[in-house]
Amino acid sequence: MTEATIYELSSPGRTGVTFPEPDVPRAKLPTGLLRKELPLPEVAEVDVVRHFVKLSQYNYSVDGGFYPLGSCTMKYNPKINEDLARLPGFAHTHPLQPVETVQGNLFLMYTLQEWLKEISGFPAITLQPAAGAHGELTGVLIMRAYHKDRGDAKRTKMLIPDSAHGTNPASSAMTNLEIVQVPSDGRGNVDRVALRAVCDETVVGLMLTNPNTLGLFDEHLEEVIQIVHDCGGLVYGDGANLNALLGILRPGEVGFDVMHFNLHKTFSTPHGGGGPGSGPVAVSAPLADFLPGPLVGILEEGDEDEGPLFGFVTPKKSIGRVKAFHGHFGMFVRAYTYIAMHGAAGLRQVSEYAVLNANYIKARLKGVYPIPYDRTCMHEFVADIQWPQAPGVRALDVAKRLMDYNFHPPTNYFPLIVHEALMIEPTETENKVTLDAFVEALLKIAEEARTQPELLKEAPHETPFGRMDDVKAARELVLCCYLPEGYAEEG
Amino acid sequence: MTYIPHSLKERDAMLATVGVKKLEDLFQDVPAKHRFPKLDLPPALTEMEASSELMELAADNENIRGDLVSFLGAGVYNHYIPSVVDYVLRRGEFYTAYTPYQPEIAQGTLQAIFEYQSLITALTGMEVSNASHYDGATAVAEAANMAYAQFRGKRAKIVISPTVHPQYRATLRTYVQGMGLEMAGDDPTADLEAGPEALESLIDGNTALVVIQYPDFFGRVYDLAKLIEAAHSQGALVCVAANPTALALFKTPGEMGADMVVGEGQPLGIPLSFGGPYLGFFTTRKQYIHKMSGRLVGETLDSRGQRAFVLTLTAREQHIKRERATSNICSNQGLLALACAVYLSVLGKTGLRQVAELCYHKAHYAADQIKKVKGYELCFDAPFFHEFSVCCPIPVEQVNAHLLDHGILGGYDLGQDYPALKDRMLVAVTEMNTKEEIDALVEVLAEARHD
Repeated sequence: MTEATIYELSSPGRTGVTFPEPDVPRAKLPTGLLRKELPLPEVAEVDVVRHFVKLSQYNYSVDGGFYPLGSCTMKYNPKINEDLARLPGFAHTHPLQPVETVQGNLFLMYTLQEWLKEISGFPAITLQPAAGAHGELTGVLIMRAYHKDRGDAKRTKMLIPDSAHGTNPASSAMTNLEIVQVPSDGRGNVDRVALRAVCDETVVGLMLTNPNTLGLFDEHLEEVIQIVHDCGGLVYGDGANLNALLGILRPGEVGFDVMHFNLHKTFSTPHGGGGPGSGPVAVSAPLADFLPGPLVGILEEGDEDEGPLFGFVTPKKSIGRVKAFHGHFGMFVRAYTYIAMHGAAGLRQVSEYAVLNANYIKARLKGVYPIPYDRTCMHEFVADIQWPQAPGVRALDVAKRLMDYNFHPPTNYFPLIVHEALMIEPTETENKVTLDAFVEALLKIAEEARTQPELLKEAPHETPFGRMDDVKAARELVLCCYLPEGYAEEG
Repeated sequence: MTYIPHSLKERDAMLATVGVKKLEDLFQDVPAKHRFPKLDLPPALTEMEASSELMELAADNENIRGDLVSFLGAGVYNHYIPSVVDYVLRRGEFYTAYTPYQPEIAQGTLQAIFEYQSLITALTGMEVSNASHYDGATAVAEAANMAYAQFRGKRAKIVISPTVHPQYRATLRTYVQGMGLEMAGDDPTADLEAGPEALESLIDGNTALVVIQYPDFFGRVYDLAKLIEAAHSQGALVCVAANPTALALFKTPGEMGADMVVGEGQPLGIPLSFGGPYLGFFTTRKQYIHKMSGRLVGETLDSRGQRAFVLTLTAREQHIKRERATSNICSNQGLLALACAVYLSVLGKTGLRQVAELCYHKAHYAADQIKKVKGYELCFDAPFFHEFSVCCPIPVEQVNAHLLDHGILGGYDLGQDYPALKDRMLVAVTEMNTKEEIDALVEVLAEARHD
């Protein structure tokens, strides 16, 4: 069943692509500086195609089926976006070209900035960060810079709810902040009493995911924000769950000071097997001067005959750049197309149906799957796999068994405050037939858990690969393959 | 309802199951006065309309595969990408998959990353590669983060050569704000004629990391072995930011003793795309693996005894260790790492060497022709790869404006970053540039002098 590695497919003297002979005289190579061996594989083009096609067939994907991975927003990726991002006018422009030669790109980026500001209710934004976690780091550096600029040097603590994504504490730790965990209350909201107790003049801010990772909208959101503001702290909004809020609520309007977007979740840019992401960061007016530069701005206003001249501007007290160039432009083209094709009403529908789909699955599973915080959920919800009738069965077993029914498992063991968590996020792009089939599979698995638990314990059975020996991988640490010894002589 | 497949009948049936009357009822927890804001966005376009709008925007740019002939590099380069690369990338099984957290149904992504790691270690001459970072600049920043962790914060200095890409240095300056590290050597007014040994005087017992670029920002190739030895004698680690195409031709930093070799992977099969997404490759020695950030794929067996691949040493990562993780990084550049793996596979041993040699010969031909033009000369005389600095008789801005009038995208204006390099232009030549194009560049440069 397994596929050879590209090195195992290699055969001396075989070539894939060849290039023309030089049309200029050959220059003298600096012999003392040259490398001797270049141990790359030697394969033909057809070998490469078959190899990677075979590998692709081992993958589960959104194009292949339902992917209800909580917190990851695995919605359908429109195909037109892929075509447009590859137009030569976009794909073959250099990031350092004179601005006069890339007005199309700059208009697109400027407009996307404006649209994301409108959607989120913030007055300023940078598109530069490469991914969600990168956006978090950017946001935290901005919060620090803001306090420092006010001469407020005492602030060293970041408050983070116990339901937060792991990137929140990790991003804060990258800037040497002390992490203070804030518990959740019995309804899955931030515990306001505990929050008040830790809010003082040493707090940089609170990193809040809303709706949170239980899929719940905090019932006291405005009060939570007020408590933090009252002690001089700022509130960071983790935009991972923005798919529930398009046209529903603008985070900038309720008092958030900073928020990152995940264009690869909310705005349909593909996840690519782990990236690229794109994590623009929007901020409130007092923080605008600290954004990383450069941003796209208008250099010269237009008139009746000509449009404005777009170019780059760097904010006055910018924290500096967070990566080279201007961000993941290819993702901007896709997100722009997605927003343009939805408009305001369409975006609101995205969130409404994402929330409907999640509530529908939850309603249908209720009674069979324990739901620890049983309120109307937003775009996702969490079940807790603790069945008295099937004491040995864990969330992992249910997840693995789902693969036999040809569904991608939900996120498991997250958030950490639910012991045997299965976190289900259907997104808006799935129809009722798919949702029903998924529910039926889960109900069947619940029955199997009681009657034939070994079916779950040993799952998956129908996939090309079984469960993995993670210990062996970590102990032996085989992290690459090479050309075999004596390879060249064999040829 | 662009990508929403429900019929109204299905919607109503679902609302009934949930136990609410209308969609609005699902949002009772949202503060009423902020609920359902009216968004001021243009009316929705159909696919056909969106397609024409975006085509028009793309046409408002002057691209370098038709509109302009490019001699601009400065960190990212116009290389030929074989069709196979995008053919593989456009397979939905790859690009619409998530991070391979469920290895039983993600062996395609996992094996592809494993092969990417293998190809990158072979190219850099190193022992271990992670599954990639965002880009070259953030890979350098992660090297600083790793060195900081390796010395448990007890060494507070990063020495960086002024000949490292200005945007990489800028990115590192942003990252170290938080870590409380100091940077030395980040001085654009330093002597830029000096070789890598010039950094030695800055390295001391408080130095965690030395960062140098290979070939440097000006395209020059130096043997780094002596500098690396000097750094090691002070106990410091050395990170080399390398151009991956150059590594097909020149001695690897691994061979010279580097502890980390990182860089911008864009030249390996990724279009310029106005700045991204690209690929930050990151390699190190096995002994430092537990302090390395980013995902890592390792070989193992599955329950049926088949060779298989998994994400390994995940205890370094944020979703397990939270604030004690080696870095906050979560995403890698999975799809771009795949592009790179396909590119390196299909070019292979002979193809990549051919590309590197073509770049070398063409760049040297261009340099030889340009220095014959009255008023122009090469600024440095060190060996170079495919990029070189030209001293111009008039400001680079004027030269470039003239070139642009003739459909040529000129080189990078070094005066923007280095005050001493006013009127100096960094010219890049790749296998994509023909002799005719180079000759045209030389001719227009000669004209520009008289303007």
